[in-house]
Amino acid sequence: MDWFYIKGILILSGINLMAVLGLSLLTGFTGLFSFGHAGFMAIGAYTAATMGIKLGLPLIPSLLIGGLISGVISLFIGKLTLNLKGDYFCIATLGFGEAIRLILDNVQYFGGARGWPGIPLKIDLWNVAIINVVGILILINLINSRHGRNMIAVREEELAAKTIGIDTFKHKMISLFISAVYAGIAGGMVGYYTGFLQPKMFSMNKSTELTIIVIFGGIGSISGSVLGTLLLTALPEILRAFALWRLVAYGAAVIFIMISRPEGLMGGKEITLKGFIRLLNIRKRSGKAAEG
Amino acid sequence: MLELKNVTKTFGGLTAVEKVDFIVRKDSISGLIGPNGAGKTTIFNLITGIYKVTGGEIIFKGIPIQNLEPHRIAGMGITRTFQNIRLFKKLSVYDNILTACHRNAGYNLMESVLRLGRYKKEERNLRQDTEDLMEIMGLSKWRDHTAHSLPYGLQRRLEIARALAVKPELLLLDEPAAGMNPDETLQLMNLIREIRDRFKCTIFIIEHHMDLVMGICENIMVLNFGRKLIEGPPEMVQRDPQVIEAYLGEGAKLGA
Repeated sequence: MDWFYIKGILILSGINLMAVLGLSLLTGFTGLFSFGHAGFMAIGAYTAATMGIKLGLPLIPSLLIGGLISGVISLFIGKLTLNLKGDYFCIATLGFGEAIRLILDNVQYFGGARGWPGIPLKIDLWNVAIINVVGILILINLINSRHGRNMIAVREEELAAKTIGIDTFKHKMISLFISAVYAGIAGGMVGYYTGFLQPKMFSMNKSTELTIIVIFGGIGSISGSVLGTLLLTALPEILRAFALWRLVAYGAAVIFIMISRPEGLMGGKEITLKGFIRLLNIRKRSGKAAEG
Repeated sequence: MLELKNVTKTFGGLTAVEKVDFIVRKDSISGLIGPNGAGKTTIFNLITGIYKVTGGEIIFKGIPIQNLEPHRIAGMGITRTFQNIRLFKKLSVYDNILTACHRNAGYNLMESVLRLGRYKKEERNLRQDTEDLMEIMGLSKWRDHTAHSLPYGLQRRLEIARALAVKPELLLLDEPAAGMNPDETLQLMNLIREIRDRFKCTIFIIEHHMDLVMGICENIMVLNFGRKLIEGPPEMVQRDPQVIEAYLGEGAKLGA
């Protein structure tokens, strides 16, 4: 396996990770399931590409504008659908994701279903890594603030959250907005990495994949999302040896893990520096106890 | 402090609460009793904005609140506990209370993401408030236990602590003694009195344990089939023939 190949997988993981982080905030921390995040990725992808090609903006501003537009559109969707209860919101996002894809299929300005070639290749391992590190830091800070705690309260017990004065609707909106911005930036990176955009890339399969990763990594855990993304993006590549049976093996692996660890890889826990040091201390102590 | 005026709530053709008038005086402990299905919890849901009234007015400190969203009503200083405990089950005792303290901080989203300005100072205050509240409520020992792993009595206590974190002026307790033995009930009575004195809040309780209600409430409203049967001090309510017939039962010896 050469470095070029591994690098490719890492970049793909990084792009996926950005979208997964956003979805993790919405699903893992706020408790709202979405099957339409590929739609937000698509909006970000096409906006970022337009900014770069038609307006000549550099990479980072293009990505940010892509994320923002995606976020703004999510506010409209949220306004209409966030009053819906759990499952209905999920169905509404599914419809939204498909609608975006079908609209893009028919807009000839962006190449329609044939796709849009010739997007400059500006993504490398470095900028993907930096964008993700910033993304993770922002998310960690957000979750450890009163806003993040309010979102978790919405996930845990919405009615109780209201009676202690949490504006649940507002916090769902914030969560959806940030989540859509992350997805939009991830979408933008897709375009600048592959050099080509096609609505088919943002189908429901993509949305489902993101949700699977969030649940696989563990609801309510950022480190779980990171691990889950790395594993599940690399897994189909490792399984290439199975050729035709590759995706069957992928499905089987996911099912196996969900049965053996229904709470996901991390089960709501985080890998932290403090936890790591504590683990070392316990090891040391038990080692000493064994000696003594 | 809180005034219900002619409050009515219908669900389709069913009238759950009909023309109820009641006043909760400041710094008092008031009780709401009645048979199952009389509409007691519905009244709490109306006060906290979970249901909208069909008719009538609910006035809190001179402001009508019957059409406000639940979080706004909480913001004005009314909060509650639930009959079937509603904690943030997967969070620790500490996080349950910390979450509820959120109103005592004002930093915005940008400040929390960038850890700027008020974030650090206010967050430190929130954490101190949480520690203090845990100490007062005797929950410090269970600090890192998840809420759903606590024994029932402590879950009730945690729910009250979480409500107090909002710094309420009016605290509604929906059957706080449900499932408690006489000993725990006695402890709870003392706790409720202590809360009133220490936190300077007015308390309104729904309860079936007559010892508790008659022991600490200054004013009691009896509800039957959604209508107010009578209201008054415990001695009067206990002796009222209507109340005995509808709820307490013949030959009930209360407070004995």
